[in-house]
Amino acid sequence: MKRHVVMAAFAAALAAGSAGAEVAPADVKWDEGAIAQSLSGVAGDPDSGAKIMTTNALGNCVACHQISAMPTVQFQGDIAPALDGAADRYSEAQLRGIVVDAKHTFEASFMPGMYKTGPFIRPGDAYTGKAAPADLPPILDAQQIEDVVAYLLTLKE
Amino acid sequence: MSLRNSRNKIAATAFAALVLGLGPALAGPADDTLVVNEDVTIVTRAPAAAHLDGHLKEVYSGWLFREDETRKMQKDDFDNPNFVFLEQGLDAWSAVDGSEGKSCANCHEDIADSMAGVRATMPKVNAKGDLWSMEDYINDCRTNRMGAEAWKWNSADMKNMTLAISLQSRGMPVNVAIDGPAQAFWEKGKEMYYTRFGQLEMSCANCHEDNFGNYIRADHLSQGQVNGFPVYRLKDSGVVSIHQRFVGCVRDTRAETFAAGSQEFRELELYVASRGMGLEIEGAGVRP
Ligand code: HEC
Ligand code: HEC
Repeated sequence: MKRHVVMAAFAAALAAGSAGAEVAPADVKWDEGAIAQSLSGVAGDPDSGAKIMTTNALGNCVACHQISAMPTVQFQGDIAPALDGAADRYSEAQLRGIVVDAKHTFEASFMPGMYKTGPFIRPGDAYTGKAAPADLPPILDAQQIEDVVAYLLTLKE
Repeated sequence: MSLRNSRNKIAATAFAALVLGLGPALAGPADDTLVVNEDVTIVTRAPAAAHLDGHLKEVYSGWLFREDETRKMQKDDFDNPNFVFLEQGLDAWSAVDGSEGKSCANCHEDIADSMAGVRATMPKVNAKGDLWSMEDYINDCRTNRMGAEAWKWNSADMKNMTLAISLQSRGMPVNVAIDGPAQAFWEKGKEMYYTRFGQLEMSCANCHEDNFGNYIRADHLSQGQVNGFPVYRLKDSGVVSIHQRFVGCVRDTRAETFAAGSQEFRELELYVASRGMGLEIEGAGVRP
């Protein structure tokens, strides 16, 4: 009996550490705007995160935010606060929450929820102008969110 | 530090920037006056209409948010790429078309007299109580009075004609009716303007009310006014109608857009036009 419990706990720990433990957008556990648990269970890659943040069709964070650590990225927007020093201001869990859906942290935020599948008003199929498929994917997938969070954690002043 | 504190800090920094005259002011509307052909002065900034109380203090034409070279193209009709198309519209005005053997000129005579001020009042409620844009009135004449085929909303023929008609209101203040029979349509348009559409959950107001003057990537956001429409867009090498621009802006929120000519976009057009009261019709703007 006892052995079973131990085995079960061991299996759960294994699962949490593997890609199989991906948390779906609807299953994200919120704690006052923060998300403690990794969405993919795989450590984020900051280089990939930087790419996602500067690619129009992906995160396109620089459309709104300036990042001094990326001097070669042209035309950074000034809609939102600069992300310099973001890791000094927020914990990993808070940053994950902001990227997943900033409206949990900043009421009615202009920032789009990057790991959100609804409800939306007239959701579209990416930038085609056509109606969204029933299983509309989030803008970024679980690993891409982790990569972005890993990059944000490098932004210390 | 709690999230709340850091937010206050952001607000405090933004406030300091405002007091110092930095930030928004730098990226705001250009300090320039639109005088076309060294002759007609067009109002491109004005106090906001009373119905915008609490939303906007001053309204600005999109012209003021463009670069020097682009603004300059609008100061002389020879440099304004719209005019090639506008002249085709003027030709079409007196060209006979359809089973009745008539042209626009047969009924309306000189476009400069009969169409003066028309653009400034569009869209407006017709005799039957429907809200119509200029395109609807044009097609009504074509199908019911000329026996000709309707033009597609965004066709070259339609844009040429709306350009020719818009020019006749150049320098006249935007003057759309928003009360009486128009009021219900106007209210719906207003609701749309503040609705956060699409997967990006963005409303027109998020970009054009809260953030005009700011840059979203390389785009310098204007107030999204329509007094300069139709506009020539250099990037597309072509003329863009009001509804065509709306289609693009809604699509860019990762939303299922509405069709050009739809009831929704006519209502939105009325509301957006009313936000430009005080500005004057430009008779063909130029955009990057
Ligand atoms: C359309 C605009 C927009 C986009 C795109 C956007 N953000 Fe934001 N973001 C905002 C705004 C506005 C705020 C400020 C909070 C508020 O008032 O809503 C913000 C706040 C933040 C903050 C907190 C900053 C601070 O110092 O308080 C972080 C971190 C952040 N965003 C990261 C990102 C990342 C990473 C991406 C891309 C994956 C991104 N943002 C994309 C608009 C945007
Ligand atoms: C994601 C940001 C965004 C949203 C949301 C948005 N727009 Fe725009 N809009 C732009 C950009 C960028 C331009 C081009 C630069 C400019 O004039 O602001 C533009 C241009 C326009 C123009 C042309 C202005 C001119 O002078 O050439 C109009 C009109 C307009 N928008 C109306 C709307 C309406 C109506 C909505 C809502 C249905 C809307 N926009 C939503 C970003 C947006």
